[in-house]
Amino acid sequence: MNYNVDERGYYGDFGGAFIPEMLYPNVAELKENYLKITAEPEFKKEFDALLKSYVGRPTPLYFAKRLSEKYNTKIYLKREDLCHTGAHKVNNTIGQILLAKRLGKNRIIAETGAGQHGVATATVCALMGIECIVYMGALDIKRQAPNVARMKMLGAEVRPAMSGSRTLKDATNEAIRDWINNPVDTHYIIGSVVGPHPYPDMVARFQSVISEEIKTQLLELEDRDYPDHVIACVGGGSNAAGLYYHYLNDERVNIIAVEAAGKGIDTGESAATSVLGKEGIIHGSKTLLMQTPDGQITEPYSISAGLDYPGVGPMHAHLFRTKRAEFVSVPDQEAMDWGLTLSQMEGIIPAIETAHAFAALDVRKFKPNEVVVFNCSGRGDKDLETYIDYFKL
Amino acid sequence: MKQNRIDLKFQEDKKLLSIYFSAGFPNLEDTVPILKNLQAAGVDMVEIGLPFSDPLADGPTIQESSTRALENGMSTHKLFEQLQGIRDHIDIPLVLMGYFNPMMQFGIEKFCQQCEAIGIDGLIIPDLPVDVYNEQYKSLFDKHGLYNMFLITPQTPEERIRYIDEVSNGFIYMVSSAAVTGAQSSFGATQADYFKRIANMNLKTETVVGFGISNADTYQAAITHSRGAIIGSAFIKFLEKEGVKNIKDFIAAIR
Repeated sequence: MNYNVDERGYYGDFGGAFIPEMLYPNVAELKENYLKITAEPEFKKEFDALLKSYVGRPTPLYFAKRLSEKYNTKIYLKREDLCHTGAHKVNNTIGQILLAKRLGKNRIIAETGAGQHGVATATVCALMGIECIVYMGALDIKRQAPNVARMKMLGAEVRPAMSGSRTLKDATNEAIRDWINNPVDTHYIIGSVVGPHPYPDMVARFQSVISEEIKTQLLELEDRDYPDHVIACVGGGSNAAGLYYHYLNDERVNIIAVEAAGKGIDTGESAATSVLGKEGIIHGSKTLLMQTPDGQITEPYSISAGLDYPGVGPMHAHLFRTKRAEFVSVPDQEAMDWGLTLSQMEGIIPAIETAHAFAALDVRKFKPNEVVVFNCSGRGDKDLETYIDYFKL
Repeated sequence: MKQNRIDLKFQEDKKLLSIYFSAGFPNLEDTVPILKNLQAAGVDMVEIGLPFSDPLADGPTIQESSTRALENGMSTHKLFEQLQGIRDHIDIPLVLMGYFNPMMQFGIEKFCQQCEAIGIDGLIIPDLPVDVYNEQYKSLFDKHGLYNMFLITPQTPEERIRYIDEVSNGFIYMVSSAAVTGAQSSFGATQADYFKRIANMNLKTETVVGFGISNADTYQAAITHSRGAIIGSAFIKFLEKEGVKNIKDFIAAIR
């Protein structure tokens, strides 16, 4: 089976472009150009150079010795938390800003939940000297003040999304409406492997540098270019898509996806989309999403603001349905405990999103000689306040 | 086979005024009274909006009316319940307009059956692309005598307009400008040029202009080069302020 996108923009049953006609020209322009432009040697050269000198790539593949001893297996961390701006998000925004420039766009819009993608977008806009508008739920603006300040300091305008539940999904709606209103000069930088085709594939390709580097690094460290298991947290799923990308069709590699169970799968306050979601349409993509029986999209919950998206990228919906990936859901409490464990055993304070992934070690047993690669997708600086409140530090 | 009411309406020698409203707004049970008042006021066709939590092609007015309708308890089931027997009172064409996800959850086949049983003439589903419709749903809609109307915008390439024209029934919904729904006080030269450009294409399908029509001026500008106009946000604002029983005043001020 093929787990990459097909020529129609689908991953099995999922994906496609369920967009209003108003967006057709914008999305068609991207669809017709993204593969062509990103394959140009000049594009690749500029992309690679920025990833190296600006983002700080390649990020290390770190052997976590103490963790490996405790769990009696070989654990590696792909250190995306060391990227400029503190997470993998910037890999995608660098790629998309270069694409936007080549498409002649002079105005950038983006959506953000916790603010990480907003910061990564504001950063590359500052780098290129392009106008940047970030839509953010009015509720999230209150909850994520430091990232709002970062975006402003980087010269971006942060516009509150006042509609619906005033969180990430509404910020995404507002960004889409802005794009409808500004179809010619504007590029919309979506932050995850969600949205209409070609976004899920385009974002996955920009993030695929993660597993591309792992192949080279593992060859040196383990004398083979593939691990036995790859593990990542999944909200929309961009860090996971990057980690899985070059192993999607390599059946030797077991794929594990960790979703946020919030206060528990059955509590009504959860973000475990694969378990709780039903097939439907969100933000132009056919995928699994959390909704009422009437088809109204519901507001998910997780202590981690980066995982509370009511949908999941169509690639991941396909991995779930075909059972290519194992899906695990982890409640707030276990994720928070892992934030502390990773800090104290390896000296790495992870983002709360990232901490979810490590909880797979509690539910899944690995053999002593197996190679297990975690995506350490982001650092915990942005979550300090939540950690302080939670642990009374 | 009986003729679709939309086709019959377009056979009349006049410009058509169509009204959109969100079902369940301002009050849950307003749907039928609104329909009766619109017909009594001489409106030619109605788009009944099926509210959705995430209406991404809509501006603030329809977002707000959708949210309020959902809070009032509107749902696909509820709307079909309210519309039982509607054809005893209403003979103008009725179109349901809504986003695709709630229809999917109801079940597309069941949805079409309900529409046919009630006497709905057509659907407008902004986020169901024309090619997906043709491949997967057209035969089902045809079986139940339902038209599916498509949108075009000032940015839609000519080739695509031709394609949409070819596969269209009923009418083509011309979005007046590159914008989400919402009232505009006037149309400029850009819109006039666009309306003329489309009129000169001599499409086989009738065209109706929507988005941004709020008053007699914009209505006139819209119908000069098309067969009719659809008013949504401006009507919803009126409903909120003036209520259901004064609907005839709103219509009288338009034409």
